[in-house]
Amino acid sequence: MLISRLSRVGFRVAKELSRGGYTYMSRARYTQRPCSQYQWSSLELLPETRAFQGSIFQKHHGLSTSASDGASAGGDEEKETISVTFVSKDGEEIPIRVPIGMSMLAAAHENDIELEGACEGSLACSTCHVIVMDMEYYNKLEDPTDEENDMLDLAFGLTETSRLGCQIVASPELDGIRLAIPAATRNFAVDGYVPKPH
Amino acid sequence: MAIFRARRVLWRSFSTVSSHPLRVCIVGSGPAGFYTAEKILKTHQGSQVDIIDRLPTPYGLVRSGVAPDHPETKNVINQFSRVAQNGRCSFFGNVALGSSISLVELRELYHVVVLAYGAESDRVVGIPGEDLKGVHSAREFVWWYNGHPDGRNLDPDLKNTDTAVILGQGNVALDVARILLRPTSELAITDIASHALTALEQSSIRKVYLVGRRGPVQAACTAKELREVLGIKDLYIHIKETDLKITPADEEEMKNSRIHRRIYELLSKAATAGPSRPSSGQRELHFVFFRQPDRFLESYDKKGYVSGVHLEKTGLKGIGSGKQIAIGTGQFENLSCGIVLKSIGYKSVPVDDLPFDNQKGVVPNVKGRVLSDNSGDPTSFENGLYVCGWLKRGPTGIIATNLYCAEETVASLSEDLELGVLASTTRLPKLGRDGLLQILDNRNVRVVPFSAWERIDKEEKRLGSLRNKPREKLTSWEELLKVAGSE
Repeated sequence: MLISRLSRVGFRVAKELSRGGYTYMSRARYTQRPCSQYQWSSLELLPETRAFQGSIFQKHHGLSTSASDGASAGGDEEKETISVTFVSKDGEEIPIRVPIGMSMLAAAHENDIELEGACEGSLACSTCHVIVMDMEYYNKLEDPTDEENDMLDLAFGLTETSRLGCQIVASPELDGIRLAIPAATRNFAVDGYVPKPH
Repeated sequence: MAIFRARRVLWRSFSTVSSHPLRVCIVGSGPAGFYTAEKILKTHQGSQVDIIDRLPTPYGLVRSGVAPDHPETKNVINQFSRVAQNGRCSFFGNVALGSSISLVELRELYHVVVLAYGAESDRVVGIPGEDLKGVHSAREFVWWYNGHPDGRNLDPDLKNTDTAVILGQGNVALDVARILLRPTSELAITDIASHALTALEQSSIRKVYLVGRRGPVQAACTAKELREVLGIKDLYIHIKETDLKITPADEEEMKNSRIHRRIYELLSKAATAGPSRPSSGQRELHFVFFRQPDRFLESYDKKGYVSGVHLEKTGLKGIGSGKQIAIGTGQFENLSCGIVLKSIGYKSVPVDDLPFDNQKGVVPNVKGRVLSDNSGDPTSFENGLYVCGWLKRGPTGIIATNLYCAEETVASLSEDLELGVLASTTRLPKLGRDGLLQILDNRNVRVVPFSAWERIDKEEKRLGSLRNKPREKLTSWEELLKVAGSE
């Protein structure tokens, strides 16, 4: 388990090094969407805050310089990334390119898509819940582990094709996958936790 | 939707050009407080958000509730600390609503006050013997092992008995059972409070009973927690096979609830998986279903101390809509033990001038808007006063529940701003942060800002690294305030 995870991370790093154009695209979106204002404004704060945010920025957009440098050189970009469409809570479709080996949670965060990730992908929460919009793609995914199912138990607005974004990893056969982010507030009213008597 | 958006944009531009910011105070820095802060900062560009907490440390139950052996669950602290470092957000610890500053004063100082201070008390069972020594609430026990400064003096007696009874079968009950039964070598590398680790290392508790009023189909825990306690190294698990028999009503309940179905499957598997008897000296976990406490028994030789629980057998009765409740059968039995931990639910505590529903233990509200009274009139609201988290919906759910809860409260707030409900107050400038700090200074309250918490954080991590722990928590008010105050 650990080994496979480690190798996956290694793979991810290698892929991130070689991907191109991708960061540039995400930056463009970054400035267009209103939700990014908050993040930008938080970058213009106190010096220490900026440094802190800077480190986060670096972490999430790791090696962005080399990546965009590669944009001009990399010709086989198509093979390195797949097309993924997130459908936001408002129903807005957000197409992105995701490098093979990267989780949908990480991809969403790189692209400033509002997908929560409270436990940072460590399978200890259900906040990165996404709904795979086509059964055909859902069936291409490996079955969820017991641990993922334990978390899906707690996801709001669970559906037949629900998965955790941190557990879907981009692979060639997932090219074209569409993922809906559940509209939580609506579900909260319907499925809200009712205090249980003991 | 489009109109709503346009309005939001309008409001945003209005609030940016308007000369004074929207001043918001959030009381409580747990998940409900921080998720609320994050969403207000994001939705209202012209807002300034102050979060106050009665403790010198932020993060509420993520720090003092989440079990020490669940470090992944605490990762959310990273997200919350980024919120606290937003230039429009401030954290002020060691500021208690009610004693440092009153609710009336806060509402004078801020356009909006959001109460998210959770539930710091306990439901009582309400049976004889509840005040015997050795009967504790699980909350106190959790505070104790998590190093909460108000929990360090609990000093539970784990040395004079081999048996603990836990009332309740929710996640808190399972956490407590796991902490009592898990090898201490595994706890030693967590951020568990050192006084608790020492006591657990010397503990003679070998048998833990988890008592539930209803059956395995109704258990209130989640699968992750159950899987974990069932997987403890070298632990004998006992579940009566007769308790696993299910009725058509149970089947119906499971059909409607994925989580109850999976919990039942896990328990069924565990009942048959292990050996039929414990090996000598092996630690034991017993699931006791269909029993409700009738009274706590006093020890003969140790006056004033608990020596067991008198339990009544129960059966289930349908109350419509697929729900079943426990009904006493009039048959009783005793369960001997030296310590009882009641894990039957937390309870919120009201403050002066706050409408409060004592029955439900929550602040009466509609989607987070505080109602003026309990009379059921859903139209009379407290202007500018909102509620989120356990204080709003009762003490249930997981960290993520607060995310949706905060979304709902902030949506109400945004709507009130857009529709002009709050216009009369937001038009006027408020003193906000400066006014708050002035009052606190006059009262000699030693405010602990986020930078001072960071000193505590750094010191705890330093002390932890000396003992191969991620953190060694400072567990007394004196220590916390001393480190906070050291420049």
